[in-house]
Amino acid sequence: MEKTPIISVRDLTKQFGSFTAVDNISFDVYRGEIFGFLGANGAGKTTAMRMLCGLSFPTAGTGTVVGFDVRTESELIKRHIGYMSQRFSLYEDLTVAENMELYGGIYGMNTTDIRARVNELLDRLHFADHQHDLVGSLPLGWKQKLAFMVATIHRPELVFLDEPTGGVDPITRRQFWDLIRTTAQEGTTIFVTTHYMDEAEYCDRITMMVDGTIRALDTPANLRRRFADTLHRPYDDMTMEQVFYHLAREAKRGE
Amino acid sequence: MSTFASFIRKEFIHILRDIRTMMIVLIMPVILLMLFGFAISTEINDIPIAVVVDEYTPQVRRDLTALENNPYITLTGVIEERRVDEVLRSGKVSAVIMMRDGQRNIVLDAANSSMSVSAGSYITSILRSGTTMPLSVTTYMRHNPQLKSAYNFVPGVMGLIFILICAMMTCVSVVREKETGTMEVLLVSPIKPIYIVLAKMVPYFILSLINLATILLLSHFVLDMPISGNLPTLLTLCVLYILLSLMLGLFVSTMAQSQVVALLICAMVMMIPIIMLSGMMFPVENLPPVLKQISYIVPARWFIEAVRKVMVEGLSMSGILKEFGILCAMTIALFAGSIKKFNDRLE
Amino acid sequence: MKSVLPILMRKEITQFRRNKVLPRLVVMMPIMLVLIMPLVTQMDIKNISVVVLDEDRSLLSTRIENHLANSDYFRMPESAYDYNQAVELMDQGRVDLIVSIPAHFERDMRNGHGKPISLTANAVNATKGGQGIQYATQTIISAVTEIAQESGLTGAAGLTASAVSQRSDLITVQNRYNPTSNYRHFMLPALMIMVLLLVCTFLPLLNIMTEKEHGTIEQINVTPVSRWEFILAKLIPYWLLALVMIGFAMLLAWAVYGLVPAGNPLQIFLGAFLFSLCMSGFSVTIANISNTMQQAIFVLFFFVIQFMLLSGLFTPICSMPAWAQVLTYAFPPRYVINIFRSVYLKGTLLSELWFDYTMLTLLSAAFYTLATFTYKKQN
Repeated sequence: MEKTPIISVRDLTKQFGSFTAVDNISFDVYRGEIFGFLGANGAGKTTAMRMLCGLSFPTAGTGTVVGFDVRTESELIKRHIGYMSQRFSLYEDLTVAENMELYGGIYGMNTTDIRARVNELLDRLHFADHQHDLVGSLPLGWKQKLAFMVATIHRPELVFLDEPTGGVDPITRRQFWDLIRTTAQEGTTIFVTTHYMDEAEYCDRITMMVDGTIRALDTPANLRRRFADTLHRPYDDMTMEQVFYHLAREAKRGE
Repeated sequence: MSTFASFIRKEFIHILRDIRTMMIVLIMPVILLMLFGFAISTEINDIPIAVVVDEYTPQVRRDLTALENNPYITLTGVIEERRVDEVLRSGKVSAVIMMRDGQRNIVLDAANSSMSVSAGSYITSILRSGTTMPLSVTTYMRHNPQLKSAYNFVPGVMGLIFILICAMMTCVSVVREKETGTMEVLLVSPIKPIYIVLAKMVPYFILSLINLATILLLSHFVLDMPISGNLPTLLTLCVLYILLSLMLGLFVSTMAQSQVVALLICAMVMMIPIIMLSGMMFPVENLPPVLKQISYIVPARWFIEAVRKVMVEGLSMSGILKEFGILCAMTIALFAGSIKKFNDRLE
Repeated sequence: MKSVLPILMRKEITQFRRNKVLPRLVVMMPIMLVLIMPLVTQMDIKNISVVVLDEDRSLLSTRIENHLANSDYFRMPESAYDYNQAVELMDQGRVDLIVSIPAHFERDMRNGHGKPISLTANAVNATKGGQGIQYATQTIISAVTEIAQESGLTGAAGLTASAVSQRSDLITVQNRYNPTSNYRHFMLPALMIMVLLLVCTFLPLLNIMTEKEHGTIEQINVTPVSRWEFILAKLIPYWLLALVMIGFAMLLAWAVYGLVPAGNPLQIFLGAFLFSLCMSGFSVTIANISNTMQQAIFVLFFFVIQFMLLSGLFTPICSMPAWAQVLTYAFPPRYVINIFRSVYLKGTLLSELWFDYTMLTLLSAAFYTLATFTYKKQN
């Protein structure tokens, strides 16, 4: 892991009218990390991510992604990142291959590269037989994998995944994380949001978001140890869920 | 029944949150009535004409004076014969009068056909009024746009607006839920499916009643259209038509899987036939037989006819039994058809 | 980076081809319109409702009334006992034409001091009113001629058959460009607008709103694709489709009605293209500011209805009050309807229509500026 952050955020805030969705968050993400953004639904994770992707203007604060400013250079950021939305936004009336070729072309890959890459990804996921199926006809688990392939087709330095495992069964979820890990090992930085606390274990570092603020930022192991100490519980018994639960409760008490 | 009430409340919230659409729903009848009432007419107004003169006889001078003094015609000038083609083709004038000997030849630009016929007659009448003939015919054109037109188009506007709002919006609203999957959630609730859609209709029904009041009030106070004593009949008729439109929207929604398709069906199958075949803009008597047959199944046709009978001829329910009956039958048929389709799909 | 436009356009075309409804709709629509609508809008001739007020009750006046009653053009469902009542019927829309024959008409005719028959027509329904007058005049003249021949009215009264018909020829009316005053020929060019509206206004709107609602537009916003490339890739296929559909409609018009443009067909294509540009820019703007499909459709519908009603399609612009006429300068349909009609029926030259073409170009620029401002990749 290098020490230059690929994402650097200071006091980033997003307000919608009188409602503050993201409240002065600051953190860094380093190259090659799997960085997890945990929190309950509505905690502000997606909003924060959208600011980093250049989909949303910050109300206040600063941020740089792959060296470009989120406020003024978002179009440059977009050349170097991949994105997978909560809804796996793929074109349902195009085939698997067509979706992949489309995004390959959008990111400026030439035809030979696209073909090679598409074949590579399809083989990896044993998908090649279905490349001419319409996406609308695929089961959810395969749409999910396809969305990931599309997000990484151009081998971006950094990939944003927004709740990528929503709605799929536990086995598929585990398989998906295998996929993420393989991609990370190839050098891609992964920024992933999720509300599944057990997925925290797969990340190198995580943050916990509660009510728009960051309550914790550390490796999963450290967090569990810290809370095990604070709560006088055995380390082995401490799960991320419990960590989260306590953090969330603290927030409520704070109000 | 309180589950039903809570569904109705949800539907209301949906609509009220979408202020833009709601405003358009409420403003559109106003705008349409204003347009029809004040902007749209086939009155003769400011027709530009040119004149070709052979010789300035007293007769010619008399005619020129008559034309110059006429407020509805603009005499742009006297031109040479060789320019006649050019001025007509380029649209600079709508008519050229060739004055030669005792003859007057009016050459009309009939490309704008709705105007040219009346323009021709009008110009003829101006010229004729100056001549003495043993047989002479004087023509008067009666302009009473507000009074007559109101009877003409207010029913048409009502027919259009209610179908648009009730049928189209209900249809799209139902299909939208199908598309986003929230329909399934509702279907699992302890309420019969048909009540879910009925709940959808309630807000549009209320909005349509508001529109009905708006239309009638505007027609009466702004367009000076007298509403004869048969108000109860008129209201009953309108409410029936509103219900019919809702049922129509429901029926179409059972056939469409996506909003886009729903909208296109509504536009093709409802809007266009209504505008064309209901008697709203073009008189039904003039339709060729095939289209006349088709017009029989356009609900708006019966509605507009019945409304005109009530408003213009002052008939009461007894006079419109035929139309009322047909509209009732259509409503019931659509409702029954929708229920059947709805239940079928659930199996 | 090389342009992404071809890739995006290929996607749009693939999606369109795969759609079950749209391609069929686009083909069926002009066929339906071209075939059916002119039949519907045939506002000619028949069933003019006439009332005769006969104060003479002579042989001549009765003959006139008979001729009117037996004419194909007229029907007499109503009767009135005096002029005021007749006018009331006219105001109610039950009568289109009132023929008033004054007392002593026949006697005065024979004496050479004929008092005029007055025709009162309903100017609101100008077609019926205006044509009613023409037919009524002809019918009256033929009735008078008949009586003149039968009873030998000649000589001093100057009422020979030829004299009568000659005098009535003193004023003739010639309809240029539309010799049969056939309404369908008038409506046809205007109807091509409907096709253009469907293809270049509604379909692009539905397209963009679908992407918005499915979330695929967000996936595009996160890529380096510029908003221009995205919008153009969507619109260009529709523009091309519009040109094809116009050509198709012109072909149909020729095949079914024998209607051929009097002027240069290229001018028609140019007008259609500019109009497509305009209206698609407008609908993109609406799509950009709308949240749901329902909302977008309604807003678009709202504007399109007003554009069409005030465009000169159904009623002439010169008949509108001044404030409405000023408004129409901002409505693209007004220009393209004028272009279509003028080129198709009159053969008007490009130079003579420069104002309309220029305005369409300016309006396109205006709408595209709006579209740019309103499309936000980043909120």
